[in-house]
Amino acid sequence: MFCEKAIEIIRELHRMGDGQLPAFNEDGIRQVLEEMKALYEQNQSDVNEAKSEGKSELIPTIKFRHCCLLRNQRCVTAYLYDRLLRIRALRWEYGSVLPTNIRFHMCAEELEWFNQYKKSLATFMRSLGGEEGLDITQDMKPPKSLYIEVRCLKDHGEFEIDDGTIILLKKNSQHFLPRWKCEQLIRQGVLEHIMS
Amino acid sequence: MSDALSNDHDASDMSGGDDGQEDVMTPSELIGKLEEAWLNEKFSPELLENKSERVECVMEQLTHMEANLQRVRKGDMKASVHRMEIDRIRYVLSSYLRSRLKKIEKFFPHVLEKEKSRAEGDTSFLSPEEFAFAKEYLANTETYLKAVALKHMPPNLQTVDMLKAVPEPCLDSFVFLRVRARQENILVEPETDDQREYVVDLDEGSQHLMRYRTIAPLVSSGAVQLI
Repeated sequence: MFCEKAIEIIRELHRMGDGQLPAFNEDGIRQVLEEMKALYEQNQSDVNEAKSEGKSELIPTIKFRHCCLLRNQRCVTAYLYDRLLRIRALRWEYGSVLPTNIRFHMCAEELEWFNQYKKSLATFMRSLGGEEGLDITQDMKPPKSLYIEVRCLKDHGEFEIDDGTIILLKKNSQHFLPRWKCEQLIRQGVLEHIMS
Repeated sequence: MSDALSNDHDASDMSGGDDGQEDVMTPSELIGKLEEAWLNEKFSPELLENKSERVECVMEQLTHMEANLQRVRKGDMKASVHRMEIDRIRYVLSSYLRSRLKKIEKFFPHVLEKEKSRAEGDTSFLSPEEFAFAKEYLANTETYLKAVALKHMPPNLQTVDMLKAVPEPCLDSFVFLRVRARQENILVEPETDDQREYVVDLDEGSQHLMRYRTIAPLVSSGAVQLI
């Protein structure tokens, strides 16, 4: 039956919940496009026949094929658009550099879309306020406490906090530090916030 | 908490922008207004008017506070309290801007259409930067769809009408609101065929759960606050 492949690729995407991005189903898309090409060509020849030989009984078939074409177009665009939404979410979760295993699941055009999206977002954030802008991909949660428990992931040497005390950041050491001092280091991957 | 700000700052007056649309406000009033805009934007199903002057003022305020914080004696108790306040304000501001961006992306063709068809004097729903972002988002998405699929489709199916394809905001969703200024004779449209339209009065300070569409103009005028 027509449009089955189109539904199948959507179902496959739908099955991966939680915003995960499965590999780009290039094969599936290609099959749907081929089906569309075949339907269209059949319609073309039928339309010509109906016009030249007045065979109006072909018209219901033509209409039916046209509906299948529209459905295929709709399914394909829905599949692609849903993937874009998932990719967009990745920028907000992982930052501007995507992990390699996720990048493998994206086709070239999706990577291009991601790059453009990153650029647009960066331009927008830079334009906020007067000078350097505001990174709105940070501060995702309301600040709850002044001090947080952190674990050191790599050796970072000495670290001075506001009251003058110097902390030695050695790998695997744990500290109770002011949150604002740690944010930069957490983002860099030097410290890890421990949530109890 | 925001009162702690006024003691430390030289500029306790915040006059917004050059068009003077916003009256001179104290820092705590400014933050209060930011929080109102934040809540409204968070709970409204559609994109509300942009408040870029407020955003700019708040950012100025934050820069000011950061600078002041550098001058405070290290280890002073006040420093951590101020720090927390800066982080809180930055969170509200970021969250506000994120809400707007999310809605712009979600409803991008409709947002752009609305902006195109608004009259000369009406306030814009998008700041110039948001407008640029929305246009880029549209162009980016269209380019992508064309490159991956549409150009391989039959000639009569190579375009997608974005206005039809992307759903519109659901203005009939229910929202919680608190009334700030008494409203009389608000017309509530029927939802089903066997209901009839009726009229309500909204008393100041009362809280309600209503369809957004009914009270949308009251949100923009400031008569109600979404909660």
